Amino acid sequence: MNEKPLTIYEEIRAKGYSRRDFLKFCSWMAAFIGIEASGVGSIVHAMETKSRLPVVWFHFQECTCCSESFLRSSHPIVADIILDKISLDYTETLQAAAGYQAEEALQNTMKKYKGKYLMLVEGSVPVENDGVYCCIGGKSALNIVKDAAENAKAIISWGSCASWGCIQSAKPNPTGATPVHKIISNKPIINVPGCPPIADVMAGTIVYLLTFDRIPQLDGLGRPKTFYSRRVHDTCYRRANYDAGLFVESFDDENAKRGYCLYKVGCKGPVTYNSCAVIKWNNGVSYPIQSGHPCLGCSQENFWDNGPFYQHLSSFPGFGIETTADDIGIFLGVATAVGIAAHAVSTNIRKRKQIKEEVDNHRVTAQKEEGGE
Amino acid sequence: MAVATLNRKIYVWQLAVRFYHWLNAACIVTLAITGYLIGNPPAILSSSEASFSYWFGTVRFLHFLAAFIFFFNFLFRIYWGFVGNRFARWNNFIPLKKEQWREIWQVLCFDILQICIKPFKSIGHNSLAGFTYFITFLVFLFQAITGFGMYSAMSDAWLPNLFSWVVPFLGGDFAVRQWHHLMLWFFIIFAMIHVYLVFYHDYVEGRGTISSMAGGWKFIERK
Ligand code: HEM
Ligand code: SF4
Repeated sequence: MNEKPLTIYEEIRAKGYSRRDFLKFCSWMAAFIGIEASGVGSIVHAMETKSRLPVVWFHFQECTCCSESFLRSSHPIVADIILDKISLDYTETLQAAAGYQAEEALQNTMKKYKGKYLMLVEGSVPVENDGVYCCIGGKSALNIVKDAAENAKAIISWGSCASWGCIQSAKPNPTGATPVHKIISNKPIINVPGCPPIADVMAGTIVYLLTFDRIPQLDGLGRPKTFYSRRVHDTCYRRANYDAGLFVESFDDENAKRGYCLYKVGCKGPVTYNSCAVIKWNNGVSYPIQSGHPCLGCSQENFWDNGPFYQHLSSFPGFGIETTADDIGIFLGVATAVGIAAHAVSTNIRKRKQIKEEVDNHRVTAQKEEGGE
Repeated sequence: MAVATLNRKIYVWQLAVRFYHWLNAACIVTLAITGYLIGNPPAILSSSEASFSYWFGTVRFLHFLAAFIFFFNFLFRIYWGFVGNRFARWNNFIPLKKEQWREIWQVLCFDILQICIKPFKSIGHNSLAGFTYFITFLVFLFQAITGFGMYSAMSDAWLPNLFSWVVPFLGGDFAVRQWHHLMLWFFIIFAMIHVYLVFYHDYVEGRGTISSMAGGWKFIERK
C-alpha cells in the first residue's frame, strides 16, 4: 500500500498501450482543450510524472447518459484509464463493490485523500422534504454532496442535471431538483452541461485538471470557455442555408432532403452554447443537426420548459402549450383595432358639438384674417 | 356660441425633436419588419445553392443596422430632454406634479373614455401622452438591452459586449428572445394607437397636430 503510486503513463503502459498510442492521445487531448501544439509537451509531462487523481463519481437524479457518453470518447485511453477501476475510487454504476464495502471505499478515499480528490457529480440533488427523494446507503443525496464536497479539491457537475437540474427540475419540479452549484458554494465547481455532455468535452475537462492542476477558464455560468463559448449556430455547417434564408418547412419536405437550415422546425442552435458542431459525437461521426434533427438546446438551462421543441418560438408561460408570443400579440392587436374603431365612432357621436365649434372658430378666424390684413 | 378667436402660431417641436421623431419612426418600422422576418421567415422553395443567396443575412444586417441608429438616436433624445425647449424636457414625460396627474385623469375622462364633457387641451404633449411616451422610452430601453444582449453573443465589438450581462440576468437565451419578440407587439400596438390619436386630436381640436411633427408649429386659440 505504501509503495510509490504508479504515474498515469505507467498505468497506461501497463494496460498495454504503446508509447505511440500514448503520444497520440496527448496530442488529441491538446487539440480538444484548445492549447497550442507546444502545449502537448506539458500534457505528456503531466501524465508521466503525476499519479492518477483520486476520483469519486456520484450518481443522483440522473439517467447515466453522462457515463454512457463518456465511454464513447474518441480515444479508448480516456475510458480505459480515467474511467476504469484504477482511477475511480467510488462510482455506483461501475464499481465491483456493493453495500458496506462500497460505502467504506468512499469513506476511505475521502479520508485518505482529504482535500485532494476530485468530486464528479452526475445528476441533480432533490432538496424538497429534506431530500428524501434520492437516498443512497440511507443517506440523502443532499447530505452526501455536502459531506463529500467538504474536502474535495474541485467539483465537476456532469451534464445538465448537475449543472442546471434538467428534466427533474422542469416545472413543477416536485422533488426540488437542484444543481450542485446552488448547494455548494465554497468550492471550485465546473459545469459541463449537455444531455449528455460530449464525451471528448468531459475527457478534455478532466485532462486539463490533471495537466495544469488548476481549473480551466470558466465563463459566467461556470462552463469551460473552450467548449462552451460558441453557439452551435455559429459553427453549424448548415449556417450558409440560414443566411441564404433556405429553411426546412417540415421534416418530410424537399428542403429537408436538401439539408437546409432547421431554424423553422425549432432548431435551438442559435441559443445553445456547445461544441456539437465542432467536436461532434461518437468519435466525430455526426451530431443532431447533421442527422437532420433540430438542436433541442440540451445544454441550456431550462430547455425542457422552453418547448415545444419543433417550433421557433416557445409557448408563452401561463397560456396554452401552443400559444406563442405572436398569438398573444395578434389577439391584442385585433382588440386594439376594435377599440380604435369604437372610439372613432363614439368620438363622432359625442363630440359633434365640439367639432362644430372648432369649425365655426376657424370660419370666424378665417373671415377676420381676410378682413383684417 | 362660438367665440371669435384668432389662432396663434406656437413653435412646439424643435428641429431636433422632429428629426429624432422621424428617424426613430423609420428605425422602428425597419426593426419591426425585419424583426418579424427574423422570427418568422417566409417559406421559400428554391433549388439554388445556399452560396448564391444571402437574403436572410441581409434582413438580419438591416435589423442590426437600424438597431444601432435607433440606439444612438434614443441616447440623443435623452440628452435633448435636458437641453431642449419646455415641450421637449423630461419633466413632460414623468408626472411628478399633482397637476400632471389631474391632467392625466382629465384626458382619460374626456378623450379616451369620453365620459366627461369638459374639453381639455394642452399645447405640447398632454400629461397622459407624455407619460405613455415615458413608458415607451422604457420599452425602447428594454428592447435595446435585450437586443444588444443577444447581439453580444455574435460580436466582439465593445458596445454590444457592454450588454453581455443581460442574458444571464434575464434568465437565459430562451427567455431573452421570447421577451424581445413579444415586445414587437408593443411597438405595433403603440403605433396603431399613436397614429389614431394624432388624427383624433387634429380632428377634434383643429390645432394641426398632424403637421406639427413636420413643421414644428401648432395653432392655439388666442385668449
Ligand atoms: C423597435 C425595436 C425592435 C423590435 C420591434 C425588434 C424585434 C425583433 C424581433 C421580433 C426579433 C425576432 C426574435 C425571434 O423570434 O427570434 C428580433 C431579433 C433580434 N433583434 Fe430585435 N427588435 C428591436 C430592436 C432591437 C435592437 C435595438 C437590437 C440591438 C442590437 C436588436 C437586436 C436583435 C437581435 C440580436 C436579434 C436576434 C437575431 C438573430 O436571431 O440572429 N433588436 N428583433
Ligand atoms: S440548423 Fe440550427 S444551428 Fe444550424 S444554421 Fe440552422 S438554426 Fe443554426
